[in-house]
Amino acid sequence: MKINLSLKNKIKIWKIIYKIRRTEEIIALNYYKEKMRCPTHLSIGQEAVPATLSLFINRKDQAISGHRGHAHYLAKGGNLKKMLCEIHGKANGCSEGKGGSMHLKDDKVGFVGTTAIVGNSIPIGVGLGLSIKLKKKKNLAIIYLGDGAIEEGVFYESLNFAIIKKIPVLFICENNFYSVYSSLKVRQPKNRKIYKLSQGIGCKSDFTDGNDYAKIFKKIKKAVEYIKSGKGPFFLEFATYRHREHCGPNFDDNLNYRPKKLSYNWIKKKDPLTKIEKNIVNKYPKKIKYLESEKIKINNEISSAFKFAEISPYPKTNILKKIYAK
Amino acid sequence: MQNKRPITMAESINEAIQIAMKKDKSMLCYGLGTTDPKGIFGTTIGLEKKYGKDRVFDVPASENALTGVSVGLGINGIRSIVSHQRLDFFLLAMDQLVNSAAKWFFTYNKAIPITIRLIVGRGWGQGPTHAQNLHSWFAHIPGLKVVMPSNAYDAKGLLLSSIFDPNPVIFIENRWLHQSISNVPKKQYFINLGKSKKKLSGKKITIISSSYLTAEAINACKYLKKLNIDVDLIDLRTIAPLDWSNIKKSIKKTGSLLVLDSGHFSGSIASEIIYKATNECFEFLKKPPSKLCQPDIPEPSSFGLTKKFYITYKEIIGKVCKMLNCDKELIKAELNYKKEFLHDIPNSNFKGPF
Ligand SMILES: Cc1ncc(C[n+]2csc(CCOP(=O)(O)OP(=O)(O)O)c2C)c(N)n1
Ligand SMILES: [Mg+2]
Repeated sequence: MKINLSLKNKIKIWKIIYKIRRTEEIIALNYYKEKMRCPTHLSIGQEAVPATLSLFINRKDQAISGHRGHAHYLAKGGNLKKMLCEIHGKANGCSEGKGGSMHLKDDKVGFVGTTAIVGNSIPIGVGLGLSIKLKKKKNLAIIYLGDGAIEEGVFYESLNFAIIKKIPVLFICENNFYSVYSSLKVRQPKNRKIYKLSQGIGCKSDFTDGNDYAKIFKKIKKAVEYIKSGKGPFFLEFATYRHREHCGPNFDDNLNYRPKKLSYNWIKKKDPLTKIEKNIVNKYPKKIKYLESEKIKINNEISSAFKFAEISPYPKTNILKKIYAK
Repeated sequence: MQNKRPITMAESINEAIQIAMKKDKSMLCYGLGTTDPKGIFGTTIGLEKKYGKDRVFDVPASENALTGVSVGLGINGIRSIVSHQRLDFFLLAMDQLVNSAAKWFFTYNKAIPITIRLIVGRGWGQGPTHAQNLHSWFAHIPGLKVVMPSNAYDAKGLLLSSIFDPNPVIFIENRWLHQSISNVPKKQYFINLGKSKKKLSGKKITIISSSYLTAEAINACKYLKKLNIDVDLIDLRTIAPLDWSNIKKSIKKTGSLLVLDSGHFSGSIASEIIYKATNECFEFLKKPPSKLCQPDIPEPSSFGLTKKFYITYKEIIGKVCKMLNCDKELIKAELNYKKEFLHDIPNSNFKGPF
């Protein structure tokens, strides 16, 4: 694959990270209005992995995710207006208001869906991958999962099956060390890396810092090449961190469930947006103006999409009659 | 009344667990979030500190395995109370629940003393997989008991009975009840499983309710009284085993039956009660029995789509008036005048996001 970390590509990654970040911040800022009435899990802090992955995939590659899906949807090119409408429960939402924040999809860009039960989407992603293989296509399936999802039995069953069938699927495990308020310590053995576990099961696996676009770039490149060569699935674990509460718009480090040092390190020192923006600005000062103008564009896009969602109508209740496909 | 001690249902559940933990020193309390700062809607707050990490603990997201673990513990005489923040999350554990927990006593004559707390989400855009009312699934499985408390007082006594029952018990809590308040004695008391509670005594119609719908029914009965309709209101408390004898007595008295059920319309517990009524009380029934349930539709997330989704006291009043051919118009003005909370929250303090 002839993709490298050129300035152009760095800017592409930056744009996606920035767009996700600002969208999530606007959601958080407006949540108090009580117009987004559904459980909402923000991706702030975890944008770099899906943003970097987007360089290597196209709309024919199919992705699926879980409850924290905004970043995955947007990085895949999912329609911003439709996402914001969905979170507002509006008719123009990507699930017509039936699903809310935890049920995002955009068929046009190969974003198949997100589901709200932990681990639920993993085998579905394997099925997507198997169909890609059966149809002899060159694409891959992408499964986003958290560190908590690997605790469900279905993870092992799915991974095992993907390996024996050599299914073209990329597992992306975003390890943010927490499942709601529960630290890895009470959920998984000390010093056992998730990617090593996956390796032990027989899947080609690797790990890196999920807030560092350059490291992510390298690992994803290798993984995608491997999968496209027909050898089977690849499992990538990325360490990352959510900045805000598990579900909802607020910061919650006042509850002290995460060590202060850990939060400081990940939020203040290892922020993925700051990292890439600093690199571009320091190395290519001439680009500062361009970045600033792009920011304005992106912010305008978000605020007009947000307004659109706010004034959009609620769905008509007759859509609830559609229970069976005809 | 001696027992003027108003506390919330979340607190009364916490008290019941504490009493049980003290009575049975080997009993365990676990489940996702049990020891976190929110303590499962406040119901498990402080338990880890008081009873120690060995008895009260958080777990991995492994619902099926942990259910099996509770069966294994039960075989060796260790009781478990396992909590799940949504009933929907527990669906991953159907194998261990149905194929092991529910069958062990039948197959091996060995009691499995586990209590599984399932919280039903409601409101704030919960959507298709965070607010399912699947109690009839569990009631369908021989060997399981299914409890659905409607208030803080009952929750405490029913939970204590559930914990000390030698069988697997599914204890279903509607989260809109967690902040509801009633007078709850501090001491321990047991409310028998399989026994219903007469909430109101009347002659015109029998209404059967459970869990949160009991609160709506009580509200509806206040208005119905103004129309001179006195209701025999029975709160099931336990849907398996079902307290059929009390329902039967009531139907014989009133000759009319309305069953409220928060589950979907088809295949509901309400259908089961109505079957029994037509089968055993046919000659007493003055008119066909009726039921109010959730539609046979998954719950949508949108505020705009859920307005008519839930049964409220208004639907109950409407249904009763229709069944008894009385004039609802008489109280319509009063109903319309009443200021309502938004339909997707239990009170004005509730702001999501979970
Ligand atoms: C089967 C199941 N159990 C529990 C939950 C509640 N829950 C929602 S998100 C979540 C945390 C999962 O953690 P992780 O996979 O690490 O994802 P993160 O939230 O950290 O992104 C939990 C436990 C659920 N949705 N489904
Ligand atoms: Mg996590």
